[in-house]
Amino acid sequence: METIYDKSEAGKQGTAYPEDRFSEDEPGEELDSDLFRNEDPELPEVSQPELIRHYTKLSKKNYGVDDGLYPLGSCTMKHNPKPMEDIAAKERFSGHHPLASADVVQGNLKLAYQLGEYLKDIGGMDGITLQPAAGAHGELTGMLMIRKYHAENDGLDQRNKILLPDSSHGTNPASAAVAGFDAVEIESNEEGTVDLDQLRQAVGEDTAGIMLTVPNTLGIFEKDITEVAEIVHEAGGLCYFDGANLNAFLGRVRPGDIGMDITHFNLHKTFSTPHGGGGPGAGPVGVKDRLVPYLPVPTVEKNDERYEFDYDRPESIGKVNSFPGPFGVMVKAYSYIKALGDQGLRDVSGNAVLNANYLKEKLKEDYRVAYEGLCKHEFVLSGSDLGEDVKTVDVAKRLLDYGYHPPTVYFPLIVKEALMVEPTETESKESLDEFVEAMKEIAREAEEDPDLLHQAPSDTPVGRLDETQAAREPVLRWEEE
Amino acid sequence: MDFNPSTEDDKREMLDRIGVDSLEDLFSDIPEELKVETDLIGEEGRTELELKDEVHGIAQDNEKPGDRLTLVGAGLYDHFIPSIVSHVTGRSEFYSAYTPYQAEISQGTLTWMFEFQTEISELTGMEIANASMYDGGSSAAEAVLMAQEYLDRDKIIVSETLNPRYRDVIETYLPLEEKQVIELGSRNGRIDKNELKSILENEGSIAGLVVQSPNYFGVVEDLAGLKEELGDAFLIVSTNPVSLGVLEPPGSFGADIVVGEGQPLGNPISFGGPLLGLFATKKEYLRYLPGRVSGKTIDREGNEGFVMALQTREQHIKRERATSNICTNQALNALAATVYLASLGPSGFRSLAKTNWDRAHYLAGELEKISGVDLVWDQPFFNEFAVEVAADADRVWEAMKEEGIDLLHPKELRQLGVDDGFLLAVTEKVKKEEMDDFVDLMRGEVN
Repeated sequence: METIYDKSEAGKQGTAYPEDRFSEDEPGEELDSDLFRNEDPELPEVSQPELIRHYTKLSKKNYGVDDGLYPLGSCTMKHNPKPMEDIAAKERFSGHHPLASADVVQGNLKLAYQLGEYLKDIGGMDGITLQPAAGAHGELTGMLMIRKYHAENDGLDQRNKILLPDSSHGTNPASAAVAGFDAVEIESNEEGTVDLDQLRQAVGEDTAGIMLTVPNTLGIFEKDITEVAEIVHEAGGLCYFDGANLNAFLGRVRPGDIGMDITHFNLHKTFSTPHGGGGPGAGPVGVKDRLVPYLPVPTVEKNDERYEFDYDRPESIGKVNSFPGPFGVMVKAYSYIKALGDQGLRDVSGNAVLNANYLKEKLKEDYRVAYEGLCKHEFVLSGSDLGEDVKTVDVAKRLLDYGYHPPTVYFPLIVKEALMVEPTETESKESLDEFVEAMKEIAREAEEDPDLLHQAPSDTPVGRLDETQAAREPVLRWEEE
Repeated sequence: MDFNPSTEDDKREMLDRIGVDSLEDLFSDIPEELKVETDLIGEEGRTELELKDEVHGIAQDNEKPGDRLTLVGAGLYDHFIPSIVSHVTGRSEFYSAYTPYQAEISQGTLTWMFEFQTEISELTGMEIANASMYDGGSSAAEAVLMAQEYLDRDKIIVSETLNPRYRDVIETYLPLEEKQVIELGSRNGRIDKNELKSILENEGSIAGLVVQSPNYFGVVEDLAGLKEELGDAFLIVSTNPVSLGVLEPPGSFGADIVVGEGQPLGNPISFGGPLLGLFATKKEYLRYLPGRVSGKTIDREGNEGFVMALQTREQHIKRERATSNICTNQALNALAATVYLASLGPSGFRSLAKTNWDRAHYLAGELEKISGVDLVWDQPFFNEFAVEVAADADRVWEAMKEEGIDLLHPKELRQLGVDDGFLLAVTEKVKKEEMDDFVDLMRGEVN
């Protein structure tokens, strides 16, 4: 794979800077000699025409949701509406510094404030922070608030355990650990939901809280959630709701109404902002009243008709981001909420769940479904009873040859050879039908010609890549050969 | 607007296939008492035209950026961004993709990640870099966690010349014991090396020192000898990457980790985000590195390609034992930086840094000519510097705002011991006439 460094040729340049000088001062003379950089960093030397061709070529070796169905479970890869991109790019939004006077940026502050109000309404929460830069960052923020809450109330030494179902997202235990908690896994029952008896056994005076993902990773709604909340609250713990799967019940259920104390929102999932190949995201966190004092500083407030940052928050956990959060992402999510309105937001979950159940019904003719009942926005298949030696990874790689991004594979861990499928509401029936055809073909190939799957992919820029070698002898930067 | 493409007939057919009557039936597994009955936001949807009219209207409540001169920096800098950057990041094959878990159809993302890692290693003088963190502050905090984990020590020395926001983030990330952070004082705008010596002599279990250069006051710190002083404790340097066009990179001074805010590399300030955390380190610490990295490997035919390397460090595999909880990072912002640096090349990058140096030094020189305005520190600086004024700085700030000039509010420096002062950032975008006008206004205000 050719990198921009391989294109580099001494003396070429894409962008030059003015050479006029107004000052007498030269860095080479003013700095102590050991502080002045004598040797240039090795950056590529490439002209603009060559640059754009290189990156255009690279882009063609990528697959985005604009290329086709992207049924990556748990990731909500829905259409990224183009108007939102254009709106957020407006210099009148993006050209401002967060430390400018509030008088200069009333529009930005107003938008951030109103987005916060929308999210509070959508989540049934009383307070909000827009600072976290991603879902996991939101989880960490929530965990730190739980810490602070117990430190100020019961004393922290005692409450040091966060309970998590074993089906939770990997970021959940990691976020609890970064916040200094012991992550304690509790086993799920057959439906992947929380076993109430086990939960009653697990809670105690050391319980700081629970982290729940609803619908759970099998795509099943946690029907006993109010009981779960009661058990945890009675033990003195708090309930954290991982909002990554909000697309399943947007406009229908609000975490704040069903006993949850904290939830984060993934603006880059539910609210359609692009995933960017791995970011930027945004993970605002909503909280109930008793946690409002601990929200990160600053928050955005409205006083009379004026909007401003509120830095005067003495009980706050502090800052989780150097600046007030990923504003560019907020503009897109705000615009999306406004474009859809109440009915549109409700239709998001309706159509997402419709697409998922339709797809599940059709795919179960050829694949084993991990759970038979109604699913929500996603469902899990198992690749465990396909042809001889055929593994889920083979199905995934064969899908690449059919021009699809595969589902999430080998997650959740509680299903053998899992394929987790989330079509989202922005796929048409035709698109789903075509995907089913590809999956049927692959199931047939698995029986008749499994080698096709083992050898896949064959129609991609590179063949199946050796991840073990990349770990054994890591090559993480370009070197001249 | 509605982004569901199916017709009503399609939906009918799909419902029949599932065997339910209506969309509502699909939610019959949720107990009725858990469902909301009212509207969420109390607004109807909008057409694209209506939406744009309305949201653009909110933008009008902001002042127009081009009409004003901003000399606010403090960690974010308003640089010129060549058009090529947004033309690359605007390709939806890049921006509408997820994290490159499926390497064979993500070679675009994985290749630029590898390029980015190389560029950042080169700028910082380090052996390896990851593919990004959230922002400069969280990068610094993650560096502290990594040093603590690697050395199994708990205390961290933080320079008082570090951006105070970064320090806040570090303290938020270290909630365990209040005594973990030890402040290192400064003399004449630079860290006090004697004090460092005595901290190291008197305190045990030091995991490392966090120092920033150019520091919060814009002053270039003298990093020489710090690593020797620290021994095996980590030297963690936070830097403004643009300064590395003229400043010797932290790697040359033995830094163990270099972090920083990558926004100045081809990303707009965007009211504070999305930003770009930089994180570079030494190979020997690789297994402790947070975040994603792209690594080179081969396919079955022996063709070279890239994959996400060393995933066993990450949360989706290691769960609570992961090196960090980070998952989604700042990929598209890192792509912008990759293209930006490739477009500048070594000579453009040096020229950019020199132009910044020149503009800031011109302004500083002109301001110094005013009696009643003095540079706070007699130290080398890059593109930002602190001045003290013989006037009520709050009043000056207000007057400048009315004149269309945005300055960092004097309370920021006051908290750090400068009573009436301004921290002024100047990039290549600031014109000579604008600086001359500002100097004239300042002269009027101070006299």
